Amino acid sequence: MSLDKATVARIASLARLKVPNAELEGLATELNKIMGWISELDQVNTDGVEPMSQAADLKLRWRDDVVTDGGVRDKVLANAPDSREGFFTVPKVVE
Amino acid sequence: MPRTLQGNTGEWELVIGMEVHAQVSSNAKLFSGAATAFGAEPNTQVSLVDAAMPGMLPVINGYCVEQAVRTGLGLKAQINLRSVFDRKNYFYPDLPQGYQISQFTQPVVGKGEVAIEVDGEERRIGITRLHLEQDAGKSVHDMAPDATFVDLNRSGVALMEIVSEPDIRSPEEAGAYLTKLRAILRYLGTCDGNMEEGSMRADVNVSVRRPGEGYGTRCEIKNVNSIRFVQQAIMYEAQRQIDLIESGGKVVQETRLFDANKGETRSMRSKEEAHDYRYFPDPDLLPLELDAAWVEKIKAGLPELPDEKAKRFQDALGLTADIAGQLVAEREIADYFEQVAKSRDAKIAANWVTGELFRYLNDKGLAIGKSPVSASALGGLIDLIADGTVSNRLAKDVFDEMAASGKDAATVVDEKGLRQISDTGAIEAAVDQAIAQGAKQVEQYRGGNEKILGWFVGQVMKATGGKANPATVNEILRKKLSG
Repeated sequence: MSLDKATVARIASLARLKVPNAELEGLATELNKIMGWISELDQVNTDGVEPMSQAADLKLRWRDDVVTDGGVRDKVLANAPDSREGFFTVPKVVE
Repeated sequence: MPRTLQGNTGEWELVIGMEVHAQVSSNAKLFSGAATAFGAEPNTQVSLVDAAMPGMLPVINGYCVEQAVRTGLGLKAQINLRSVFDRKNYFYPDLPQGYQISQFTQPVVGKGEVAIEVDGEERRIGITRLHLEQDAGKSVHDMAPDATFVDLNRSGVALMEIVSEPDIRSPEEAGAYLTKLRAILRYLGTCDGNMEEGSMRADVNVSVRRPGEGYGTRCEIKNVNSIRFVQQAIMYEAQRQIDLIESGGKVVQETRLFDANKGETRSMRSKEEAHDYRYFPDPDLLPLELDAAWVEKIKAGLPELPDEKAKRFQDALGLTADIAGQLVAEREIADYFEQVAKSRDAKIAANWVTGELFRYLNDKGLAIGKSPVSASALGGLIDLIADGTVSNRLAKDVFDEMAASGKDAATVVDEKGLRQISDTGAIEAAVDQAIAQGAKQVEQYRGGNEKILGWFVGQVMKATGGKANPATVNEILRKKLSG
């Protein structure tokens, strides 16, 4: 698999990363190297092997349906560049 | 009924599938301990997990899982003992994580079905799957000219996305499907079904085809929040597609928005570009594994659902399918009816509930929970009819007075003097008086005009204020007139 410039531009746009045109070529080369390295794993035969979701033998922990959190609006909004009347405010998003 | 639309070049069949987002009834959110209650001040029910602060980790709410499983069982669906949470990646200001935790290839619930009935014809709509996911926050666009306001109270609230097969063929069926699904969720107590508050909303997939042909290209109408709007949106969208194809155009697969004010759908091209969600398993969450015995226990505790209840009302109580259907539409109605019918004639009870009670509630725009006449009070009225204390005709007046005053039937009957006169002496006196006044009518009756009897009944009723027992009046009249 090889990534071309257009694909790299699309990945950047999906990740909301601003990549100047001039840098796409270099990024494509770097990403292709990474992909090539990872693709070594494709040589391992995984027929009949369940996908592994963890290394330790843990179970998903469940929580009780009890309200234990919230009511921390000041903390939640503390890092917001802008907030008004208890809301986050962002540049107008119009559909 | 025909399920096709007539175009200029022939018949078209509608193919509709739905994705319903139903908010899980729970105290806390799917992956945090913040509250889910509706209508709180902005951002007061947000934990640092819901705000996606760095380093915060999700911990699943077991009750939300239980609710999803319960819903799956209510939809007679396959429960997957192992399912996986994935990240669905997209950017929007009300999605602080930059992804929604959802389930993609391995949902918690698999195939099931919902039975619907339209115009007396029963159909089964297939359920493809049900999965658990997080809701996003809420964007408010009209609070300031220069900014969008974001409230994260909903962020992280548990949703069940219930996906149907493309088995729906008309707006009526779509309405019946949503109505039945909502009833099942409410019976189960897994979602309050409140569409105004956004607890239930639907994405509707619509396409058209010539009868018998393969599927056409579909459009998805996003986030429709009432059953009526769903039906309007389908009608508009189907007609748009038919007109487009018949005039030589092609339907483009896209996401559309329903504009309730204009009653039309329009393209949301802005969302198209970002339609690559790049799902992958959420590394913060281990697979969701369920114990078969635990699932069985939930199954054993399921309430009687609307279809089963309607069947029992028909089989055991002898009600018609129509009346039974009306009574099971809401769990509260069914419970009310069963209380009224307990140790009374079920058909009479059903007639009162679906007749006078529904008429009154509809007039006043009240839900059954707000009925001023309780089930036991209505039962009391039916008892007074049964034992002859009040006539059927006056019982309706008694009911209205009970509704207006909140008093019980016996009190209303006594206070208003509506007790039925079954005392033959009093009725005989009124009959004698009527006969004395109607020499002409007596002649007509004896001349063979049976219908004139009604005139005498009217006179007696007038004299007794409508309280005479009609059966007794008739009996005495006939005896005296022929004598």
